[in-house]
Amino acid sequence: MDRFAFDLAHLLAGGLVLVSFTMLYQDRLYALLNIFAIHALVLTLSVAWQANVQHAPHLYVTAAIALVFKAIVVPLALHRMVVRLGIHREVETVVGIGATMLAGIGLVALSMVVMLRVTPGADPLAREDLAFALAVVLLGLLMMVTRRNAVSQVVGFMSLENGLILAATGAKGMPLVVEISVAFSILIAFIVIGIFLFRIRERFDTVDVHALDRFRGERR
Amino acid sequence: MSFLGLDALGAVLLVPIAAATILIVLPGYVLSARLNVVASLVTLGAAVLLFFERPAPGQYLHVDDLNVVFIVLNTFVGFTTSVFSASYIAHEIEIGRLTPTYLRFYHAMYQTMMFGMNLALVANSIGLMWVAVELATLTTVLMVGIYRTSEALEAAWKYFILGSVGIALALFGTILVYMAARPVVGEGVDAMTWTILVANASGFDPALLNLAFIFLLLGYGTKVGLAPLHAWLPDAHAEGPTPISAVLSGLLLNVALYALLRFKILLAATPQAIAPGPLLVTLGLTSLVFAAFMLYRRRDIKRMFAYSSIEHMGIIAFAFGMGGPLANFAGLLHMTMHSLTKSAIFFAVGHIAQVKGTQKIAEIRGLTVTHPVLGWGLVLGVVAIAGLPPLGIFMSEFLVVSSTFARQPWLAIPLVLGLLVAFGALLLRLGGLAFGEPAGSTAPVEASYVPMFTHLGLVCTAGIYLPPPLVAWFQHVAALLG
Repeated sequence: MDRFAFDLAHLLAGGLVLVSFTMLYQDRLYALLNIFAIHALVLTLSVAWQANVQHAPHLYVTAAIALVFKAIVVPLALHRMVVRLGIHREVETVVGIGATMLAGIGLVALSMVVMLRVTPGADPLAREDLAFALAVVLLGLLMMVTRRNAVSQVVGFMSLENGLILAATGAKGMPLVVEISVAFSILIAFIVIGIFLFRIRERFDTVDVHALDRFRGERR
Repeated sequence: MSFLGLDALGAVLLVPIAAATILIVLPGYVLSARLNVVASLVTLGAAVLLFFERPAPGQYLHVDDLNVVFIVLNTFVGFTTSVFSASYIAHEIEIGRLTPTYLRFYHAMYQTMMFGMNLALVANSIGLMWVAVELATLTTVLMVGIYRTSEALEAAWKYFILGSVGIALALFGTILVYMAARPVVGEGVDAMTWTILVANASGFDPALLNLAFIFLLLGYGTKVGLAPLHAWLPDAHAEGPTPISAVLSGLLLNVALYALLRFKILLAATPQAIAPGPLLVTLGLTSLVFAAFMLYRRRDIKRMFAYSSIEHMGIIAFAFGMGGPLANFAGLLHMTMHSLTKSAIFFAVGHIAQVKGTQKIAEIRGLTVTHPVLGWGLVLGVVAIAGLPPLGIFMSEFLVVSSTFARQPWLAIPLVLGLLVAFGALLLRLGGLAFGEPAGSTAPVEASYVPMFTHLGLVCTAGIYLPPPLVAWFQHVAALLG
């Protein structure tokens, strides 16, 4: 039973890394949003499994938040925004897909090497969860760096937050305050982002952050 | 008597949040500006009370000798900035740059930000501290974008993205600290309570703690504006309303630095962990030298002083990184002096930019002729920030340099180089701004000079005479910092 618990947790956390990878090579916004919904779904399963294994019922709340808010509400809202702004076509990338994937592989390897080497004494479940979580965080960062489009940067940021939640739930017995507050901060972050997208829309008719670069504050 | 202390701690947090709730529904900017000032004053009063009546550390909040200094400084500058903001905002309404609706939002956000910063300072739980820093950041993001010009939006977007990445890394670091503490302290809230963490730090897993500190340094370091993580800072300072630039430079950077100092103490209490000092020294020196050279090419007056903030945060991080009683003392003193001076400069710059209608350095000339009070105020502020004797910053910089010479002479070379380069850049620009051929509007300015000259007066006094109780207090805190 214990072995099974461990394996399933492993599978789900690994699945999250895999979905993160899938996000890296999406070149259409709709597809990207769908993949993000899957990402949130895998996170939900993973958190729920942790709640079961750790006998920590409060983690089910975190799982529910992930499911309702991140797997359903946010992708739908972003979907509508994309339709309304008429930007459903290509996602501009800064670097080619191939190079991005290679960099992603490097980052995953890095997080495994770092985390597993640093935490030999820790409980194995938490330890490998943490290694996967770091990989998800780094992949989210990579996505934010390699995309020019504001919506996909936001998606990158949210996948990064998913990695953080994975880490927080993997750390056994971490106080509830933190999970709730993480959820709250995502909510706030989303409101902020929403406001920004609308303002950007008002001003430029585009959410391509690259277009903003023309308005460099330095006024040379 | 302990209930009085508890009340003071409660007031530091509850007054801003109550004021924010009222301000969001209160129409009429004159009234809300006044309420903003009153609320900030009450918070300051409560903060000062904390010196005398200190509650016992709880699970979530605590007040100790270290953070009480930060709280009083925070609420003091928050109060003077609210006074400045009242006169600044009146002008913005007049020229129609802000509408009453936005202003309501502005005042509510101002108090929410003060709440976030105060909470970050008194938090005993590292999780709560993280939440509070994030809250303060998000509110400032909204304030930076409040003018809704394309530049302001770009600045706010950049700040938001870089700030969130920083905050995400900091959360990961916080989780790692919890992981390190759990085997020793046990599960639950205790393993995130700072006072308990420090008491048990000697048993923590050093490797995990090292990794945690790297994440925390990158995460909170982004907020401090240490190079190369500073990219958001000049834009955010230049494009937001000037009161916000003053609060960002004077306060928010300090709060982030305070968070780093907390973890530095934690690492110092774990014997086998890496020494956090050299990391801070490296980042501090990089920021100092980099920002000093960047000062030369600035054309926007607020942007220039933003780079000067990076430079000074570099000096402060360097001083705390060096450690030891003298360098820590110098770091604390420099932090206080920088907060006071930089916000005073932004008070002056805010009125100058309003009356001249521009922030371009080339179009602002001869201020001492056209607007003598503002002009000389700016001169005094820049002379202070450049580190000329006998002002307060000279003294703290002198202490940093001399303690470095005594212990690591080689490090003193880049330090002095950075200081001199920045000094030259600031005085070069000041010449044109203050004494050149007058240019631009000469219309009289309706300004409240009280906040500016209060700050500058304090800085001048501190350069000549530091009251012995203050010195004793700072020495005591410096010893705590290790």
